[in-house]
Amino acid sequence: MSRYIVRRLLLLAVTMLVTSLIIFGLTQVIPGDVPRLILGREAGEQALADFRAEFGLDDPLPVQYVNWLGGFVTGDWGRSFTSGNPAVRPLVMERLGNSMRLATMTLIISVPISILLGVLAALWEDSWLDNLISVLSLSVVGLPEFVTGLLLINGIALGIKSLGLPATSSVPDGTLEDWIRQLILPSLTATFVLLGYIARLTRAGVLDELKKPYVRTATLKGLPYHVVIFKHVLRNALLPTITVIALSVGWLIGGLVVIENVYNYPGLGALMVDAVKQKNLLMLQAIVMVTIFFFALANLAADLLYAVLNPRIRLE
Amino acid sequence: MTPVIEVNNLSIDYQLGKRWLNAIRDVSLCIDPFEIHGLVGESGSGKSTLALALMRYLAGNARISSGEILLDGENLVSKSEHEMRQIWGKKLSLVPQDPLAALNPSYTIGEQIAEVTRLHEGLSKQQAFSRAVELLAKVKIADPEAVVRRYPHQLSGGMQQRVTIAMALSTQPRLLVLDEPTTALDVTTQAVILDLFRDLIHDNKAAALYVSHDLGAIAQMCDRVTVMYGGEVMASAPVHPLYAAPLHPYTMGLLASIPRPTEGVETRLPTIDGVAPSLAERPAGCVFAPRCPVALPICFDEKPPLETIDTGRMGKCHRWREIRSGELVMQTAPLEKVATSLPPDDNYVLMAGGVSKRFGSPSLFRRLVGGDSGYVQAVDDVSVRVRARSTLGLVGESGSGKTTLARSIVALEVADDGQMTLLDMPIANTLAGRSQAVLRELQMVFQNPNDTLNPYQTVGQALARTIRRLSGRAMIQTEIRAKVNDLLDEVRLTAEYADRYPAELSGGEKQRVAIARAFATDPALVIADEPTSSLDVSVQAVVLNLLKDLRAREGASYILISHDLAAVSYLADWIAVMYLGQIVEEGDTEDVYQAPSHPYTEALLSAIPAPDPTVQRGNIRLEGDVPSPRNVPSGCRFHTRCPRKIGAICETQEPPWLDAGGGHRIRCHIPIDELIAMQSTPPDSERDEVSL
Repeated sequence: MSRYIVRRLLLLAVTMLVTSLIIFGLTQVIPGDVPRLILGREAGEQALADFRAEFGLDDPLPVQYVNWLGGFVTGDWGRSFTSGNPAVRPLVMERLGNSMRLATMTLIISVPISILLGVLAALWEDSWLDNLISVLSLSVVGLPEFVTGLLLINGIALGIKSLGLPATSSVPDGTLEDWIRQLILPSLTATFVLLGYIARLTRAGVLDELKKPYVRTATLKGLPYHVVIFKHVLRNALLPTITVIALSVGWLIGGLVVIENVYNYPGLGALMVDAVKQKNLLMLQAIVMVTIFFFALANLAADLLYAVLNPRIRLE
Repeated sequence: MTPVIEVNNLSIDYQLGKRWLNAIRDVSLCIDPFEIHGLVGESGSGKSTLALALMRYLAGNARISSGEILLDGENLVSKSEHEMRQIWGKKLSLVPQDPLAALNPSYTIGEQIAEVTRLHEGLSKQQAFSRAVELLAKVKIADPEAVVRRYPHQLSGGMQQRVTIAMALSTQPRLLVLDEPTTALDVTTQAVILDLFRDLIHDNKAAALYVSHDLGAIAQMCDRVTVMYGGEVMASAPVHPLYAAPLHPYTMGLLASIPRPTEGVETRLPTIDGVAPSLAERPAGCVFAPRCPVALPICFDEKPPLETIDTGRMGKCHRWREIRSGELVMQTAPLEKVATSLPPDDNYVLMAGGVSKRFGSPSLFRRLVGGDSGYVQAVDDVSVRVRARSTLGLVGESGSGKTTLARSIVALEVADDGQMTLLDMPIANTLAGRSQAVLRELQMVFQNPNDTLNPYQTVGQALARTIRRLSGRAMIQTEIRAKVNDLLDEVRLTAEYADRYPAELSGGEKQRVAIARAFATDPALVIADEPTSSLDVSVQAVVLNLLKDLRAREGASYILISHDLAAVSYLADWIAVMYLGQIVEEGDTEDVYQAPSHPYTEALLSAIPAPDPTVQRGNIRLEGDVPSPRNVPSGCRFHTRCPRKIGAICETQEPPWLDAGGGHRIRCHIPIDELIAMQSTPPDSERDEVSL
């Protein structure tokens, strides 16, 4: 097991290195001259040259890459190209914190609900309940986030005023009540996207396991139904679900662009879109690195959890 | 004596779409205390459905439409699911077919056994765990304290099955249902497990229903036997009269179709023609009438009643009286000779010398540190020869390397070492290095016909493809079509089968198509890897006969791989016994089946349950499992399990080849004449008494 963890950590490092190469390469091929775009059409040759020199854009590409990566690892993520040239790291970190709050809230809501729906659908396979859950979860998955978002804002925040939910979300102040007030609607919107995937996968997992002979063994031991399902079946049925939940973490951290826009929430996704629009390369690189890092970390956590729950892997 | 369980006129239906189809019809059955009751039948006979229904356990789409199941006089049919959960695991226990699949992969052995006693006997967690250790000791698992903490996948098949027995016996149940409990095990392991069952069932004063398709295991295990076919009871009788004087044509057919080692190579097996009826098309009259060799018109029109013949003996046949009185003799013609058999000649089709194959490579770490070699030596320096028009039988337990050797010969695996010649021409060890001509001459029939036929190709397309790919010349469509029809005819299938998809064929028909495919190129050598192990005994007989006919007609040779020594002896002229990647004995079939034998061969032969309750099984039992091929024992590889081990020499020195005459060779430290002497007097059985 310890060898497995070490191997996976090494793999994580390699993943990050490859990612950094890809990101750096991609930012180089974004069309347009960066200094010209940022300083404006009126900037003189001297100003452009100063800008290039200041941000090291004249160096050969490998040198730029090594400088950037070295800085990134040691915590110097460079400065923003935008006015005042603020340091990138605090900006990204603040937004990362906001995004993680939203992601946490979303996982707390979506994981139990979608697993429960998946289990119910599987246990009552082909019944009206199964059909209802399929239709509902698939139809909300099909709707774009801005549609579900606007529906929630108009229907709940503006529609049921007595609840006092804000139509735009700001960063919660730390109390539980404020967390719920600020984050419930954007989390629900994200939940609608995840619901279908997780519920369908759970349903398939449970149905697969129910067919296996060990379920019959457990039943014929005389164990009560809920013990058969929750102790014996779910333990094995949820293994693939864990992987999908982990895959969604990356999306929750860096990919909620639309939801953040609809609710005007200051998350990492919104910052990334701004960075792309402004050709703020160092900012963009930092955001993507952070997003991928969390994505990879979530996958690692999922694999480790998978190994803990599955003795066939743990004891290899 | 009041019976433990009594089933009266039980019928079970399955729902298919909107229709209810009758699966079990009007079955009655009665099991007394201490009795082991055999339930025998081929696939589709409904024996497993009935066995589970006896526990009131039905599939989601099944229902009991009539009848009663009395457990100690209490009717289970009217019980709710909730009430049944008080009985399951306490009074009724199941020993399942495939122990690995029947255990939850995510919990330890101890947890899974303890669950039962905690539930039904209210033991604390700690008490239940120490009880689990005791139970494992009773099923003769070495080091039970360690095994309770293991997970199912860490145990061998035999150990897994012991665990399920321990689990089933943990609450002193009234009735044990054993659902094909040894089908997934090797014959040597099966022998040990069967002994264990018998002792434990008697010591527990339990009754048991033993479900199996294996007439040998049934004969050795059971006191009474019920024979099922097409969802109905055909016959029910105490085991001795049933085997000695069967009164039902189906029972007679089943018993006749078992290959027995004593039969010569020149005979054909009697078969039961046709296939078992599907649920939807059960005949109106006697269900067996369409396949019955002695059916009368009345058999097709009128269902025979289940009549009591003697006390404890029942039969369902219009003609049992004629059969009993001897007026009606079954025309099974068991001694029919095979067509134009040519004697094997002394030219060798295939010679393979020094074949070795290892899997995996040791990691750098292992290579530096040493110790466990890290790779699996599946085949270790094995030489075999196959004479023209003859059959080489390769036998051994799983893990003996017999399949790897076969796959290396057809180059599905690349042998690491070894020279092979086919028809006196050297051939490469890799597939890429072999010409089309070599591929044509060397064909293979695989174990499971369900997996070897492309489900999206018709039989005709599959055969035509082989013909086109390997014929070596351009052929026109009609020529191919004619050849396909010829091939189908060779394997006794009509030309209509060319347009069918594999899903429309029965298991035996699929295997016949697979054989037709192998013969499409007129090969010199066909390698058949367990070709009948997934088939029912009556279908197995058809396939074995077919292989024998084809050998005579086409002049082909075979390598036949099987764990079933009886089936091998029916076809093979020469047998090689493998253990842990090496051949330990080889010789003429008759010689190998008689003393002197390698102790391993002796144990294999002793483990075969004879399909005759009057024949005492040999009492040589191999304890323990086959050692890991990653870490092969020193000296004689068999010394860790050998019941004839003579001393330290077995552990330190590789045994020499001993010549027993006529090419019969044995790799053992014990001299030939001593082997003969000791094998005419088998070693004392020292099975200690087991009690729970």
